[in-house]
Amino acid sequence: MSSADIYREIILDYYRNPRNYGKIPDPDISQRDSNPLCGDELEMHINIKDDKVADVKFTGKGCAISQASASMLTELIMGKDFEYVKKLAKEDILDNLGLQNLGPARIKCALLSFKVLKTGIYSYLVDKLKDTASADKMKEEVSGIY
Amino acid sequence: MQTSFINIESIRNDFPILKRKVHKDKALVYLDNAATTQKPIQVINAISNYYLTYNSNIHRAVHELAEEATLAYETTRDKIAKFINAKNREEIVFVRGTTEAINLVAYAWGRQNIDKDDIIVTTEYEHHSNIVPWQLLAKEKGAKLEYIGVDDNGELILDHLDKYLQTGKVKLVAFSQMSNVLGTITDSEEIVKRCKKYGVRVLIDGAQSVPHLKVDLQKLDCDFFAFSAHKMLGPTGVGVLWARKELLQNMVPFNGGGDMIREVHKYETTWNDLPYKFEAGTPNIADVIGFAAALDYLDKIGMDKVREHEMELTKYALDKLSQMKGIILYGPKDVTKRGGVISFNLGDIHPHDLATIIDEDGIAIRSGHHCAQVLMERLDVSATSRASFYIYNTKEEVDVFVKSLNRAKELFKL
Repeated sequence: MSSADIYREIILDYYRNPRNYGKIPDPDISQRDSNPLCGDELEMHINIKDDKVADVKFTGKGCAISQASASMLTELIMGKDFEYVKKLAKEDILDNLGLQNLGPARIKCALLSFKVLKTGIYSYLVDKLKDTASADKMKEEVSGIY
Repeated sequence: MQTSFINIESIRNDFPILKRKVHKDKALVYLDNAATTQKPIQVINAISNYYLTYNSNIHRAVHELAEEATLAYETTRDKIAKFINAKNREEIVFVRGTTEAINLVAYAWGRQNIDKDDIIVTTEYEHHSNIVPWQLLAKEKGAKLEYIGVDDNGELILDHLDKYLQTGKVKLVAFSQMSNVLGTITDSEEIVKRCKKYGVRVLIDGAQSVPHLKVDLQKLDCDFFAFSAHKMLGPTGVGVLWARKELLQNMVPFNGGGDMIREVHKYETTWNDLPYKFEAGTPNIADVIGFAAALDYLDKIGMDKVREHEMELTKYALDKLSQMKGIILYGPKDVTKRGGVISFNLGDIHPHDLATIIDEDGIAIRSGHHCAQVLMERLDVSATSRASFYIYNTKEEVDVFVKSLNRAKELFKL
């Protein structure tokens, strides 16, 4: 992808004015991850109520792709059924961003928030729902993200 | 538009990779030399010639190929000793790189000489390779690790060193002769002088300095010195640890195995002479031989000329960059105090985004924390972009680089 296709107005806007930026006190899901190669950091907080995403926020440091992607992901899942969020695939995220053809180095930036989300859901399934069957599936999915 | 010091055109002709295009039709502008440099045809030929005509293991066999290989391998050691003005050839130990050299000292000297409550001093502008081995050692021994701070000009605050030295507990001071992020040239002789007063050992990381400055170990008077071949036209996988003979003699071996022994019995082994005591196993023969060709190449140009060329190029680049609106340049402004490494941030463009954009114009720079996260914390940034020069870079390339930065600004609407 050329830079002009990556750094479109919408990506720059979410990078500079991130929606749902911040923290939730005492959230149901709290998950953090970083990319050791480039130092991007991301933390996501989610509250689940009546099997829906009642609230979601993120904080982080990093490139425009990683931060815009995180912000757009929070908008994508806000208010949605937990089942829908569980089933989200990385193609959904890249489509949502309009970044389907990133190279191998930068695709990790775009998917960092997705990895954080899925890892958080995994912990939630294990710790809160005790749903080991779904958790195992989720674990497999997380390891195959990059 | 070459600098007045070296004939760049003939130098560039020696580097086949500089002729390749990237992103289909863009000329390669390679500005990631602090990470690794390109290799001249002389180095590539020396390696391939070894494999084509006298490949064999060294030191033990008596056949002609082995004798040729041993001679070429050992000649490199002599050339290195001369290049850094070391007193004795047996003080030159071949390792895989600077990282391994520092780990060797931490293991083979540190574990014998650092005790509980001792202090190891390093600096805020170290590469992780000159921090993590000391953290491991300090944890193991219950010793303390302290840092010489960096001032706003990107230079070390030597008062911090004095403060630690005065405790009487410092056993080792380990620092880089040139910062891989700021380009700052450390006042190494001054640090060594202060340490000597307290009988404190000094390790210098020369990974960034030996490729770009004339280094004279007898003048420096340190105790340990480490550097890598691949940052100075040589191949990857070869580095040098230099250490004082009397220290090496008293150190335990780092690796046990072939070539480092004198006699092996069932329960007891005596060590080979220096430096072989520290070179267990078949070494990286081909690349050591390739390294000799790199040293010859730099010798032919002359390290003074290399330095002058880089100073002129750095000054040219700093002048142009400092005119850009929204740029933050890190490190000393005075080019006599710094090497050809320029770290910067441009507006709110994250370095990874910047590197992606200018890569499209054929420009290779580094972006990220440069294995110096302690310094990133000090600078209060998560990352910087870094352009670094070498003998084959030109002012025209600096112009292409600056033009591309302006394109990035436009894309980010700055």
